[in-house]
This record gives sequence, structure tokens and C-alpha cells, in this order.
Amino acid sequence: MKIICLIKSVPASAADTGFSADHTLARDSVDGQLSELDEYAVEQAVRLREAGVAEQVTYLTMGPSSATEALSKALAIGGDDAVHVLDDALHGSDALATSLVLAVALERCGFDLVLCGMGSTDAEMSVVPSMVAERLGLPELAFAGELGVVDGTVRITRHTDHAVEQIEAALPALVSVTDQIGEARYPTFRNIVAARRKPVQVWSLADLGIEPALVGSAGAATAVRAIGAGPARAAGTIIGDSEVAAAALADFLAGRKLLPQP
Amino acid sequence: MPSFLVFAERVGNDNGAKDGLTTSTLELLTLARRLGEPVAVVGAEPDEAVIGRLAEYGAAVVYCYGNVAEPAAQAAAISEAARWEQPCAVLIGTGPEGKRLAGRVAVRLDCGILTDAVDVEPGPVAVQSVAAGAWIVRSEGVGEIVVITVRPGAVRSQAAPAKPRVERIEPAAGHELSAARVVAHTPLPGGKRPALTEADIVVSGGRGVGSAEGFALIEQLADAFHGAVGASRGATDEHWYPREYQVGQTGKTVSPQLYLAAGISGAIQHRAGMQSSRTIVAIDTDPKAPIFQTADFGVVGDLFSVIPALLEEIGRRS
Ligand SMILES: Cc1cc2nc3c(=O)[nH]c(=O)nc-3n(C[C@H](O)[C@H](O)[C@H](O)COP(=O)(O)OP(=O)(O)OC[C@H]3O[C@@H](n4cnc5c(N)ncnc54)[C@H](O)[C@@H]3O)c2cc1C
Ligand SMILES: Nc1ncnc2c1ncn2[C@@H]1O[C@H](COP(=O)(O)O)[C@@H](O)[C@H]1O
Repeated sequence: MKIICLIKSVPASAADTGFSADHTLARDSVDGQLSELDEYAVEQAVRLREAGVAEQVTYLTMGPSSATEALSKALAIGGDDAVHVLDDALHGSDALATSLVLAVALERCGFDLVLCGMGSTDAEMSVVPSMVAERLGLPELAFAGELGVVDGTVRITRHTDHAVEQIEAALPALVSVTDQIGEARYPTFRNIVAARRKPVQVWSLADLGIEPALVGSAGAATAVRAIGAGPARAAGTIIGDSEVAAAALADFLAGRKLLPQP
Repeated sequence: MPSFLVFAERVGNDNGAKDGLTTSTLELLTLARRLGEPVAVVGAEPDEAVIGRLAEYGAAVVYCYGNVAEPAAQAAAISEAARWEQPCAVLIGTGPEGKRLAGRVAVRLDCGILTDAVDVEPGPVAVQSVAAGAWIVRSEGVGEIVVITVRPGAVRSQAAPAKPRVERIEPAAGHELSAARVVAHTPLPGGKRPALTEADIVVSGGRGVGSAEGFALIEQLADAFHGAVGASRGATDEHWYPREYQVGQTGKTVSPQLYLAAGISGAIQHRAGMQSSRTIVAIDTDPKAPIFQTADFGVVGDLFSVIPALLEEIGRRS
């Protein structure tokens, strides 16, 4: 079985997140790192590889050159090789374009199981996995809290608001995992060094046969019109604990008509 | 008048709503009416309860595609309704299921997708709150149509009765082969409290609650307000409270009238899920806890003394 794990490079620190003049997230100027929510998918892929269920684990990312950092991190956790879709024309791609590029690249790689994170920590859209599944006609098993593969069937457990469900599908399939599935291990120094020798292929849009006009800022199906600072919440009243604290809080709630009515 | 196609989301019977439509659906119809003509698409047979409810909230047309659950088949039906209707936007509630459908519909219609809108303005322009409210971003689709997922609580639902035309859409066949199957379904004990994402008042506890037993106090306060209980990941990671109640980036997004956080420091990932609440109250022993920066009212103190005193105060006043 061959697993392709979709990983995304995100700005290294939330504090660095800002917007460029072209209204895209300023991703090029800051260091990239593996999106924390994708580490959970990487860990699952590596565990399936170690258990002998998967023979090959390949990482696939679409992102700027700084995305090599994310690939190195994933390869240091485990897995065999990686594909980096890198092309200047991809700058400014929206979810529609991202899902197109990933779907075409996945077809070219060949796979039995696609693993994704539940959402990227920068865009937080949580839509790319479903869009990729739609494009490839794959069964999608979303928000796995547990994951197993037996005899060509993938089974997950997921928690919804009203139930705990077990869901299964025959391979090939796509699974997204939550942060409940188990923390990723810390790569050992030895594995960090070993990861440097793992092959990373770089593919351009031309390699994938995708028209540059369909992707990037040029092909974006959505456009940011304005960005402003969020409404500053008026500084609240902060009081210390004392006999009157609860009464003061109740007065405040009563003033906003939030106290329970008898 | 531009029309807006609203995906009418149904809730499981275990949830108790008799017409089986989510509160978010009614909010979307209200929002659509403010911008143009609301039109609904629903995965149901055209039965009276469902149509009646959609009519009450102003749907001019209702497209029904039967009881279909598979996301790919649902997305195909919603897209089919959009091709008939030619709306300027498809509005879907933000939630795990809603987002999955929205992504698929955008692929099928080959159009833009904007998620987590806290409001939609004429255009249509989606208003998004980014980085836990630090930024407000306004975005549009560039084509004829755009898919927008809207967060619960963006508007308050308001009835405005209409007499909808009802259309039947045949769900496309052929999705069974690529479908995932639910092989086991264990309902969680049905709570007597309102659903977390729909409650007017949410009382949440964090690591400061200290234990699973400590959550009894959080529940007691939530019940005094007839509200829902929430939790931070600090608390759900400790298994003090079930994961379904986690608020934040990897949990639920809520925007109730009142959010009361007790023993929650207010990490950005937590604030991402609650910062749009109307009123925020925090109780924490650490005066430097970031939660106080977003709080309208804060008490620096031990939740185990402040909450019982507040309960007494509530009891005395009612
Ligand atoms: C990718 C990612 C996703 C995440 N998603 C989420 C998410 O969805 N939701 C979420 O909540 N977190 C999320 N987190 C975790 C988040 O970063 C914080 O670690 C978490 O919110 C901390 O929970 P807490 O506030 O309960 O705990 P702490 O930060 O430990 O805060 C506990 C607070 O309780 C106070 N306290 C202690 N005792 C008392 C007492 N007796 N009375 C009153 N106050 C007391 C302390 O002063 C402290 O401020 C995520 C993190 C990552 C990396
Ligand atoms: N540019 C990308 N390259 C590779 N995988 C991606 C990319 N963008 C999103 N993904 C995958 O899709 C998931 C959800 O991302 P998003 O829809 O952006 O929140 C991530 O956790 C990744 O697994």
C-alpha cells in the first residue's frame, strides 16, 4: 500500500502572520514550518509504515521554496520521499486552485490512501481535503480520531456532536485526521540527518500540465477587497476577588439583561 | 433581485428539533432575505413540517432532493439546484459537515469558496474575522456565483412568512461506489442542555477546573443560565470533559450572547472559537491571563469561590 500524506507549510509563528500588499498572506518573507495539524497525519502515515501496512509513504506539498522546511520535518519523523510542487505562478492560489494542483499531482504519484490534516493552521478553511476527494471521486473519511487499515479497507472512528461513529471504505480513499489521533513523535537527531538523504522531487506546473492561468492570483476565484484591524473590544472591567465580586458580576450581567429570568 | 441559495441543514432526530432544521438554516434564510431573495435546497422529501418551516422564514423556492446523506451525492444535488436557480451565492452553515459540502459544491460549480463568514454584505461580500479577531477581511467571488459558509450566530433568525414554490431534484446516481459507509453509530447520551453552537449562553471550563469532578460546578452554572457547557483543550486533553464540547480552532466555534470562561487562560487557539461572542466574562486566578484582554468583565479569583457566590447571587435575585 502506498500512502500520500498532504502537508502544508505555514508561517513559523502566528505573531508573524501578516498580509502583503497584494492581500495574500505574507508567506514568502517568513520562515515556513510544518502545519501542526498536519503532524498528526504524518505520524499516522509513519505508524502504518512501521506496522508493515504501508510499503511507501510520500509527502506532497504545494508551496513556496520555504516549504522545504516542512518537508524536512515530516521526513525526519519518518516516511520515504516527497514531492514539492513549486512554481512562481502558484503564488496567491485559493482553495479551488490548490485542490486542482494537489489532485493532479496525486494522480501522477499514484496512491492507495491519501492522509490530510483537519485544517491548515494559517488558512483554517478545512475544505481542501473534501475538494480533492470530489475531484478524484474518492470516498472521504473526515475527522478521524482513530485510523486503521485491514485488507484493503480503511476504517476510522470519529466523534460528532451526537454520536461516535465508525466509518469505512475500500481503498483508494482519502482520510483527514484530527488532533485527537495522537501526538507526533520528536524526530531523533539520527533521523534528522537521515532525512537529508531522502529524495525530494520538485514539480512545476508544466510538469503537471496545468495552465498557469488557472492558478495563483491570476486564476483565483475569490478576491480580497479590504483588510482592516478587527474591532478593538473596549477594555473590560477587571476586578479582584472579594466579597462583592459576585454581586458586581451579577450587576454587570443584569445591566446587559443576561441574568437568568425567574 | 439577486437570489441566494441556502442549504437547509437537517439535524438528527436525536437532537429534538421537530422540524429537523438547524438554527443556522433559519439564520441563513434571514441573512439571504436581507440581501435578496432567499431560496432553499434541502435533503428531504417535500414534507409539510420542513416546507412549512422554510416558508415561515421566507424561502421563495424550495428544492428538495430526498433523504440523501452521502456528501458527494448531496453536493451534486445542491449544485444541480444552483444550476437551475442561478443564485449569486450558495450559503451554507459553517460546521464540519457544512464545510465538506461547500468544498465539493465549489468544485462542481468551479467557483470560489469563502469560509467562516461572520456576515455577508451586498455584493455579495463575505466578512471574515481572521487570527482570533485581530483582522477583519472582506472578500468576494470573481465569477457569477460564489459559495460562502457562514458562522452560526452571524444574524438572529427572524420569521417572514412566504409561499414557496416547491421543486423536486432527482439525486444523481453513481455515488454509491465511492461512498464511505457508517458501520457503527453509537449515540451519545442526549443532553438536556442546548446544543453548544446554538446556545445563547455558554459556560466553559479549562485546566483551572482541575478535575472531571470540578466540571459539576461548571454544569451547575450553565444550568442556572439554561446554557450549554464548553471546555478548553486544556480540559478535554485531560479527559475532564468530552471532546465534543471543546471550543476553539480544532473544536467548535461559538458566538453566544454570553460566553463565561472559568479557569481558561485564553490561548489564541481558544479565542479563535469564541472571540465573536457578544459578551465575554472571565474568571481566572492569574491577572495576566490573556483571556482578560478580550473580557468585557473579569474577576481575578478562584473559580471555586467566585462561581458558588455567583450562583447564590443569581438565586437571591430570581
Ligand atoms: C494546533 C492547535 C490547536 C489547538 N486548538 C485548540 C482548541 O480548539 N481549543 C482550545 O481551547 N485550545 C486549543 N489549543 C490549545 C491551546 O493552545 C491551549 O493550550 C489551551 O487552550 C489551554 O487550555 P486552558 O486555558 O484550559 O489551560 P491553561 O492555559 O493551563 O490555563 C488554565 C488557567 O486556569 C487558571 N486557573 C487555575 N486554577 C484556577 C482556579 N482555581 N480558578 C480560576 N482560574 C484558575 C490559570 O491561571 C490559567 O490561566 C490548540 C493548540 C494547538 C497547537
Ligand atoms: N498547499 C497545500 N499542500 C499540501 N497539502 C495541503 C495544502 N493546503 C492544504 N493541504 C491539506 O489540506 C488540509 C486542510 O487544509 P485547509 O483546507 O487549507 O484548511 C491540510 O491539513 C493539508 O493536509
